[in-house]
Amino acid sequence: MSAGPYSRTSSRDRILARVRSAVADAPEAPEPARDYLTTHTPDDPAAVLDLLHENLADYRAIVHRTTPDEMPWLLMRLLAERGSATVLVPPGLPPEWLSAADATRIHDRSVSTAQELDAVDSVVTGCALAIAETGTIVLDAGPGQGRRRITLIPDHHICVVRVPDQVVASVPQAMSRLDPTRPLTWISGPSATSDIELDRVEGVHGPRTLEVVLLQG
Amino acid sequence: MSATYLGMPSFPEAAGEALHNVTLRANLRHATHTIRDKRARAVAELADWAELREAGKQIKNRTLRHLDRYLEQLETAVTEAGGTVHWAADAEEANRIVADLVKATGEREVVKVKSMATQEIGLNEALEAEGISAYETDLAELIVQLGDDRPSHILVPAIHRNRGEIRDIFAEKMANWGRPAPDGLSDSPAELAEAARLHLREKFLRAKVGISGANFMVAETGTLVVFESEGNGRMCLTLPETLISVVGIEKVVPSWRDLEVFLQTLPRSSTAERMNPYTSMWTGTADTDGPQTFHLVLLDNGRTDALADEVGRQALRCIRCSACLNVCPVYERAGGHAYGSVYPGPIGAILSPQLRGIQSEIDASLPYASTLCGACYEVCPVAIDIPEVLVHLREKVADQGGKGHRLEKAAIKAAGWVLDHPAALAAGERAASRTRKLHPKRLPGAGAWTAARELPELPAESFRDWWKKNRT
Repeated sequence: MSAGPYSRTSSRDRILARVRSAVADAPEAPEPARDYLTTHTPDDPAAVLDLLHENLADYRAIVHRTTPDEMPWLLMRLLAERGSATVLVPPGLPPEWLSAADATRIHDRSVSTAQELDAVDSVVTGCALAIAETGTIVLDAGPGQGRRRITLIPDHHICVVRVPDQVVASVPQAMSRLDPTRPLTWISGPSATSDIELDRVEGVHGPRTLEVVLLQG
Repeated sequence: MSATYLGMPSFPEAAGEALHNVTLRANLRHATHTIRDKRARAVAELADWAELREAGKQIKNRTLRHLDRYLEQLETAVTEAGGTVHWAADAEEANRIVADLVKATGEREVVKVKSMATQEIGLNEALEAEGISAYETDLAELIVQLGDDRPSHILVPAIHRNRGEIRDIFAEKMANWGRPAPDGLSDSPAELAEAARLHLREKFLRAKVGISGANFMVAETGTLVVFESEGNGRMCLTLPETLISVVGIEKVVPSWRDLEVFLQTLPRSSTAERMNPYTSMWTGTADTDGPQTFHLVLLDNGRTDALADEVGRQALRCIRCSACLNVCPVYERAGGHAYGSVYPGPIGAILSPQLRGIQSEIDASLPYASTLCGACYEVCPVAIDIPEVLVHLREKVADQGGKGHRLEKAAIKAAGWVLDHPAALAAGERAASRTRKLHPKRLPGAGAWTAARELPELPAESFRDWWKKNRT
């Protein structure tokens, strides 16, 4: 690394040696007991879905329920109501979802700059899964979701959750289904801050409007 | 630690000043009471809170016991995923590494995610000395940075400021750093947040280098995790070409599965939410998504000293949730600045003296910045027995001697003798009651103790005498 009093190897060795001598006489620490619950919710898909809906809404996401047949009309309406002229589309988004929408589709390409993305009105993506107990959607950059930046810069994000395949009840259930080698983004409601007198204000840097579509069937 | 805190007065002195600041006390009281009530409700939703707390404690204990093994495993995993790992023994070395990495990119400005570790080492000041501008992008950190102020809370660093003060800071200072605040800015939180959004967006969109800390690092997979609310973290972790993360060595956890515990306990303990709005997890670099260059700087800076203390090492379990600050009666009245460290409140009172040693006046005073009421231990999601560590550190400070502690030792020794001799105790109590009109309000020769405390009024008769008269 740099010249000077330090070299990378010596600090590495020094820190590890200090750790070893610090814990040399420490009592053995066993494998942790995992006596906590794997879920706090009864195993009933309808109840889990209702809980997801309730918790998403509690953190000010706008929630819609629809069917595959109604999906194009719902998305058309949501984009039109907002007056969105342009909509970002990740490469693997099912084309039929936006078949009725008037907004111009902008396809995310790796060369798109942040400024270009900033000029887009809305983005529509799928997700990896949704967690009912916490009202969380998780994105893993899969084909229907695209790069992390496309759900970050536009001010309006519509996220589609396939029900029941992509709905889990709890955080532990989510962890066992996620792949840590992928870039993961957990989203619970729109961007928010509580830094001013702990008053929650929606929308600082991320999308100020988050709409979640629960797609059944 | 940070040069900002050098020459801080001892806790009682700094706290004494804060106690007279009526605005500060009102801001703090409102904030801490709001969040502690909300937290209690969020925690009550989980029937297995006690088990999650125990698991969190055990995971962290296991990590610390084999920290060498997990750090080496982490290094291998991060490297295999395309990252580069650096080791920094102290603040100076960490700052040197980061400054050199930034210079190597040819850039002169960086955007930062709120990070305790980089505050601890005074990274912003070190970068400034090298001609590099570091922009804080968390709203509260922005308020602190623009106001040329110091953070006073782990989670909400500008907790000591109310909306009127924040409005004034934005209106006066934003123009010096970039886009000015809009004309006629009011003090409504929504308008203030909007002003911050506009001010920072131009920085996010052009930034080439991002600097962060991490809440957790997973040894098994090399995954780093950042919890946040505003999206500024996502901006800094996603848009720049180069990402540099400075993380304390104690932040590692062994396995991917371990995160399921902290993903449940950290948000509920800190912001009192079921889940914070955004959590980002990244493992090295990804082909076309996020920064193409990733550096991890592993920071010791006193952590191995703390690890060597068999009672005190439990402080390294801390996940920086700040629940202990919000329940502490001393923090609520004294405010965060009085602790003279980036780590205020009960956890700061045990962490700072361990990381920095107890030689300075401020660090020797911190173990006494507590009533030992135990509320901090009750709320801690990793069950750090803060009162136990406080008492342990007090013993160390007393053993070290110095101003005030000779009298303390003599008093404790005398008290020990009296408590061992019941007849002497009874006689003493009786004598004290009979002479109570003559007692001074302040104890002569113990000004340091009584300056912030009223001596209790003695009852007309001792409890033993009362019991004898009424119950036997």
